[in-house]
Amino acid sequence: MATLYDRYSSIVYSVGLRVLGDTGAAEDVLQEVFMQLWRNPGVFDASRGNLGAWLAVIARNRAIDVLRKRRPETDIADVVVSVEPDMAGEAERARAMEKVRGALGAMPEAQRSALEMAYFEGLTHTEIASKTGEPLGTIKTRIRAGLMALRKAFAA
Amino acid sequence: MSTHEQFADDLALLALGQLQGDERVALEKHLEGCAGCRRELEQLRGDTALLALSAAGPTPPRRARERLLKAIAKEPRAPKAASRRWTWTLVPWFAAAAFGLAAVFFFQQSDRLSQRVAELQSESAQQQAQLERAREVVTTLTSTDALRVTLVAAQAPPQPQGKAIYVRDRSSLVFLASNMPALPPQKAYELWLIPTNGAPIPAGVFKPDAHGSATVIEPPLPAGVEAKAFAITVEPEQGSAAPTMPIVMMGAGE
Repeated sequence: MATLYDRYSSIVYSVGLRVLGDTGAAEDVLQEVFMQLWRNPGVFDASRGNLGAWLAVIARNRAIDVLRKRRPETDIADVVVSVEPDMAGEAERARAMEKVRGALGAMPEAQRSALEMAYFEGLTHTEIASKTGEPLGTIKTRIRAGLMALRKAFAA
Repeated sequence: MSTHEQFADDLALLALGQLQGDERVALEKHLEGCAGCRRELEQLRGDTALLALSAAGPTPPRRARERLLKAIAKEPRAPKAASRRWTWTLVPWFAAAAFGLAAVFFFQQSDRLSQRVAELQSESAQQQAQLERAREVVTTLTSTDALRVTLVAAQAPPQPQGKAIYVRDRSSLVFLASNMPALPPQKAYELWLIPTNGAPIPAGVFKPDAHGSATVIEPPLPAGVEAKAFAITVEPEQGSAAPTMPIVMMGAGE
């Protein structure tokens, strides 16, 4: 467990911190995510994707739940993640990070901000639409297009 | 495998955990029967994990690690909760967990172990002391410098004497001789154990020193032989398998 922690704690903590903006709350999320893994080692297996990506998704979902003060919504056992880069190694992660930042930088501003609001702030597309004054369909499409752009950056 | 275009945007929202109400129900129903869309959902989740990387950088404080390891130590894992779908890739994972549990176990054991170590050390010291004593006794018995005095009735001339002390259960024999007459060259005395049944058993070859003293300590003997008597003959230096007559000394147990 200590090994897993040393490998993945930084990504789990970073996501929690970015979403919650508070180190104490991010530490709580970190603790919760790893305790879940400890209590239910069977929830993750390789067919659910790579562990780093899976933990990132679980951590983000949990942080959003905390942010919105709601009970955990998704059963972590149902989360299957499919992603190419292996996030286990420091070097792979650094390379992937560069690519992601590059892809985000290359996105139209409106697309990037819709994506970040949805992902890091946990705003629903309805909330984003009312915040930006744009049609719901446009927001939905932007979010999806943003995710696809990230995928494309790694497919290249 | 293809994605159904009408669900494409909703799949992205579902991956972000943001699809609610009827739309979510409808999509989840569709996912049950559509492997293509399920696959796309998994990929979209992977895409969100990539997005998480853009936040990477900060590392948690050291206390967070200690907190987690402490919590784990306090909460042994329930084995039944494990392995919904067990695969080999979890082997390192379980190994890590096992190390964690082992660490806790050993931590708990350490007090008991150190107590046991202290006990063993004290036992060992006692045994060492006993061993030292035994060694001293043997050294005294076998020492060539030892002053050996045989006390006999006053005014009687010194007689050759042998004393065998034999413990059958341990096949242990100590033999001490004094005033033994000197031997011709290439000859030695041989001690014999005379059993209650059967032929005499060789029990050690010895040559007396200048004063006629000799010892035989723990010669190799068969196990558990009942001794009727001990005897001494004169034999070639290397010893014999059967005694050569005559018997020069003999004694029966009291």
